[in-house]
Amino acid sequence: MTHATSMGLDSRKMAFWAFIGSECLLFTSLISTYLVYKGKSVVGPYPHDVLNIPFTSVSTFDLLMSSLMMVLALAAVQRGDMTWAKIWLFSTALLGLVFLGGQVIEFTEFVHKGLTLQTNLFGCTFFVLTGTHGAHVSVGVLWLLTLWVRALQGKLGPANAMTVEITGLYWHFVDVVWIVIFTVVYLIQ
Amino acid sequence: MPRSRHWLTAVPLAVYGCAGSFPQSTLHPRSDFAAEIQQLFTGIFWWALAVFAVVETLLLVAIIRFRKSERGPPPKPTHGHTLLEIGWTLAPAVILVFVAVPTVRTIFATAGEAPRQALQVEVIGHQWWWEYRYPDLGIVTAGEMHVPVGKPVQVSITSADVIHSFWAPALGGKRDAIAGHVNRIAFRADSVGDYLGQCVEFCGASHANMRLRVLVDADTSFQAWVKTEQGGPAAPPAGSAAERGKAVFSRSACIGCHTIQGVSPGVIGPNLTHVGSRATIASGVFPNDSAHLASWIADAPSLKPGAIMTRMKPPLTDADIAALVAYLQSLK
Amino acid sequence: MSHVAASAAPAAFAFPATPRPRGLKSWVTTTDHKRIGLLYFWTAFCFFLLGGLEALVIRLQLAQPDGHLVSAATYNQLFTMHGTTMIFLALMPLSASFFNYIVPLQIGARDVAFPRLNAFSYWVFLLGGLFLNASWLVGPLFHAGSLSVAPDAGWFGYANLTERQFSPGPNIDFWVLGLQILGISSLAAGFNFIVTILNMRAPGMKMMRLPTFSWMTLVTQFLVITAFPVITVALVFLMFDRFFGAHFYVVQAGATPILWQHLFWLFGHPEVYILILPAMGIVSEVLPTFARKPLFGYTVVVYSGVLIGFMGWGVWSHHMFAVGLGPIGDSVFAATTMLIAVPTGVKIFNWIATLWGGAIRGTTALHFAVGFIAMFIIGGLSGVSHASPPADLQQTDTYYVVAHIHYVLFGGTVQGLFAGIYYWWPKMTGRLLDERLGKLHFWLTFIGMNLTFFPMHLIGLLGMPRRIYTYGPELGVGALNLTSTIGALLIGVSVLVFIGNLLRTRKRGAIAPNDPWGGATLEWSIPSPPPVYNFSVIPTVENRLPRWKTELHEPITDPPAVPPAPIHVPGGSWWPLVAALGLPVLALAPLTHTLWLAFLGAAILLFGVYRWAFEPFEM
Ligand code: HEA
Ligand code: HEA
Ligand code: HEC
Ligand code: CUA
Ligand SMILES: [Cu+2]
Repeated sequence: MTHATSMGLDSRKMAFWAFIGSECLLFTSLISTYLVYKGKSVVGPYPHDVLNIPFTSVSTFDLLMSSLMMVLALAAVQRGDMTWAKIWLFSTALLGLVFLGGQVIEFTEFVHKGLTLQTNLFGCTFFVLTGTHGAHVSVGVLWLLTLWVRALQGKLGPANAMTVEITGLYWHFVDVVWIVIFTVVYLIQ
Repeated sequence: MPRSRHWLTAVPLAVYGCAGSFPQSTLHPRSDFAAEIQQLFTGIFWWALAVFAVVETLLLVAIIRFRKSERGPPPKPTHGHTLLEIGWTLAPAVILVFVAVPTVRTIFATAGEAPRQALQVEVIGHQWWWEYRYPDLGIVTAGEMHVPVGKPVQVSITSADVIHSFWAPALGGKRDAIAGHVNRIAFRADSVGDYLGQCVEFCGASHANMRLRVLVDADTSFQAWVKTEQGGPAAPPAGSAAERGKAVFSRSACIGCHTIQGVSPGVIGPNLTHVGSRATIASGVFPNDSAHLASWIADAPSLKPGAIMTRMKPPLTDADIAALVAYLQSLK
Repeated sequence: MSHVAASAAPAAFAFPATPRPRGLKSWVTTTDHKRIGLLYFWTAFCFFLLGGLEALVIRLQLAQPDGHLVSAATYNQLFTMHGTTMIFLALMPLSASFFNYIVPLQIGARDVAFPRLNAFSYWVFLLGGLFLNASWLVGPLFHAGSLSVAPDAGWFGYANLTERQFSPGPNIDFWVLGLQILGISSLAAGFNFIVTILNMRAPGMKMMRLPTFSWMTLVTQFLVITAFPVITVALVFLMFDRFFGAHFYVVQAGATPILWQHLFWLFGHPEVYILILPAMGIVSEVLPTFARKPLFGYTVVVYSGVLIGFMGWGVWSHHMFAVGLGPIGDSVFAATTMLIAVPTGVKIFNWIATLWGGAIRGTTALHFAVGFIAMFIIGGLSGVSHASPPADLQQTDTYYVVAHIHYVLFGGTVQGLFAGIYYWWPKMTGRLLDERLGKLHFWLTFIGMNLTFFPMHLIGLLGMPRRIYTYGPELGVGALNLTSTIGALLIGVSVLVFIGNLLRTRKRGAIAPNDPWGGATLEWSIPSPPPVYNFSVIPTVENRLPRWKTELHEPITDPPAVPPAPIHVPGGSWWPLVAALGLPVLALAPLTHTLWLAFLGAAILLFGVYRWAFEPFEM
């Protein structure tokens, strides 16, 4: 967009900040509910029966790394280095996919241990909270892959830096939310 | 009183809160709890009326006085006036202090704590009827709650299913009945009477038909009531219709839902041990007479939309029902 | 003090580069904020009539004790759909029609920031509204034994009544899914208008030069994007409970249904300000124009609006005084609630001061604006009496509350919107509404609404609960209810007069000049209706009342009738509509327990979004 804007901020970026503000309330509501219902389950399994902190720490690290890739991808696009841009974009998406894979493994394991959405309040709040986050990651992966394909097609360049920047904004946001979830759900039991 | 006159009396009534034939009115307090609220509301009402009068007058004066005089001089473009604006920010704030202080005082005065020796009553909301338990007296009844006049009463309110709200306006404010929670109100009724109330939280199909009454009895009649309730059910005389009714009752689905002491243990519906002594059935919606009892037993959901009590005829016949009615009426 | 004389020449919008598009396709694919504004208007107005019709049936049922016009089940659907329709399908989108049509004009923009997102918001709103109302007719498809399976647990749908255990039918499913769809529409519009107002202002249009209506729109949108996520979460929980057997509101599992109430009212109270702030903005435009005097204390009016928006977040539990939150909680929420009366009062006093000393022209728009103030005061004062928890214990869930909500929503919002319609209709259509019919409309509305809603105060105080399909004669409120019903019919007649006015003036109304009223803001500097590109030249703004001469400045010159240079106007797009279509299809999946519909809906949505994202569309 070439238009001068009243606040000197790209309109799409501003819209995205508003979107992120809105998402904050979404996750705040979800996390608050998790906290309100903490310890209220009348039957097990309880968090300490199922949560595998080492495993999820690796996932968390993976997601953090993907944020780093995202930073590199943006930098590459901005300086017009499309070769590295493709590599970093793909790596970001790949790490996102790995995170999702980890979540799939985690969820299946929990189900095997008898924790489902129907089991107890821990199951309800846990699956809906982390599931909503997982859905956000999935959208992000889809988005990153789209950018990657565009880059392969040669349709992504420094002119689209703003698009990549916004993608990055989203990706970092999703990452930060995960840090909060990880802390609240896994670390502070 | 003819209906047309109600309208005429309602206006001054609302203002002065004096007596009238409005059995569910909030403006006719009959307990300390209700009186506290009434007093608070009256204060707020006068403040509101004063604000209303002043502000609407200003508005009226403005639009009448400054109607466009054709070709008059153009108005002076005033953009604001700091002092005025501070003034009309502070004035409401000050008025609100006069509302807030008595409010907080009344909140704490009506927090629902009765003295220890108060009569304990547990109220349990069901779709769509009220159950009353008197744990200290060993009484379980439905629809009509009895309390003695002049004695403190502690009511604990909860629900067996969805959210209901227990309200008998003459005796005080409402409290929601929520499963898993207990809400408490406390009051001391100041005059004998039969006070209407009803469920005021939307609770499904028959929310409108989840009524109740509170009977404030003189001390002696309350004691008499307690005595009858504590006794077992009256045994029907041999060979009577009532005895046949008891037999029908004992072999029908009734026992699955209703308790009659010594006869059946059901807990889905109201306890019928002394159903004959109630003035109304089905949560205050119908008078407790033979005709209503009979049609209720035959087909409750057609009388009360959604009623959990299923249609009983068939399998019951009219003769069965007549016998049942006789039996239920004998359960004084 | 004078205003710019209306430029006599009607619009010269025949600039060759930008012909006005015609035909159905041009409407379905439109991304023009003005057309979307009109679409919003007509759709929302139809829903208003529907909600009003539902209200009339409610009133007829209650006209007498033991009424039996409709069954209990139907009645419960009627009041639920009445409240839901009026709030989400009538008043919010009617406000949205002005956000769309007027805000870009007021701030001197060519369009909103994201025209296609704007179209998407509209289509999602329309489809969501149709989805919700389809429940009136599709009972047989669900083997429900009745024609209608409309939602029936009230507009705030308290859990746990809404759980599958207590509401097994599809009724609540319609409600949950419909509201989710509508939420997406509101959120999308929220982001769009925040960016539009912050970022698309004409040169020189500083924030403190923004017209009050645009300011209130901005505050409203911030409330929308912060309040809707909360109800989204509450509804997601309910969806998981109903469709997947979760236990978010199931007592037996250790959960509490009160969680719903907190989440709902955390949304619900800001929502009532979402409903009133736009109307307050309209009144703040109409009064100065017809008193020919600048808004008294503009800054204070703006800041008090912002303050109301903030304070609206700290009062939600005043809807829950009977829940038993304990004396401390009750006291805190009583205090925060009462405090809101202060910024609101400030607005009222500033409006009166605006009129004071003015040269008031008694147009219909002014009538409705003054009617707004007069009636909103009553609603606000009954609100303050609710804010006192012990007093509210006698009032809550009675008709006294019904009186409060209609004085603020009908006396306030609806009258404010009517003021806006009479004020901006000439801008939107190029024809003035008839003033004689307008005054008749006003007086019928005014008398009708007081006849309808004033007795409800008494009905409530005399002990009649709300949401009951029948009441006994022993309550002694029959005559009052009859009065109220007569009043409602009178409102119905007034609405008919209004419809008559709309239809009559379509062809026969006086042609509107650029500026029929002598307004101070930019929308009056361009033709009525404006050309597709709005401003032939984007004006530069130097003060808050650009088109007025005040002691400080001269009016700006209006943009020329013919653009000095060609103006690029973006074409339409199909993809917002396609993307929007995906949502109701998605919603059908849980409703009908059909998995492939979920994939189909997601595919349509994704397809629409991708085509949208990669379609060439330059502004
Ligand atoms: C347009 C929508 C709107 C608006 C603006 C308001 C405004 C207010 N509302 Fe209302 N309210 C609703 C819509 C609205 N409300 C709805 C829909 C419900 C019911 C939901 C449901 O249950 O279905 C409801 C319910 C509701 C309740 C819960 C009642 C109950 O269920 O028991 C309460 C309780 O405190 C309340 C309070 C207030 C207050 C204090 C204001 C204040 O903002 C009002 C402030 C205004 C004034 C006070 C007047 C002007 C001021 C002056 C002239 C200054 C001087 C004044 C004083 C000194 C007092 N409202
Ligand atoms: C948001 C705005 C809004 C508006 C504008 C209205 C407008 C009206 N409302 Fe509404 N109302 C609510 C919001 C609103 N309401 C809400 C939120 C509730 C709570 C719901 C709940 O409890 O869940 C409620 C509840 C409610 C009740 C309580 C129901 C109950 O608790 O059981 C009643 C009862 O009288 C009522 C009446 C009316 C009437 C008569 C109008 C009138 O003003 C309507 C006027 C409009 C028309 C009449 C237009 C139709 C005209 C025609 C179609 C032309 C044909 C007409 C004739 C020939 C006469 N409303
Ligand atoms: C499915 C359960 C069920 C069965 C079976 C049932 N009832 Fe009921 N009954 C109820 C419920 C629930 C109510 C309360 C209904 C209401 O008021 O909404 C009730 C109410 C009543 C009342 C009114 C009590 C009062 O104090 O208001 C009477 C009398 C009654 N039942 C008699 C009978 C008889 C006699 C039978 C057998 C022929 C019977 N019931 C079978 C559930 C049942
Ligand atoms: Cu029980 Cu309403
Ligand atoms: Cu509120």
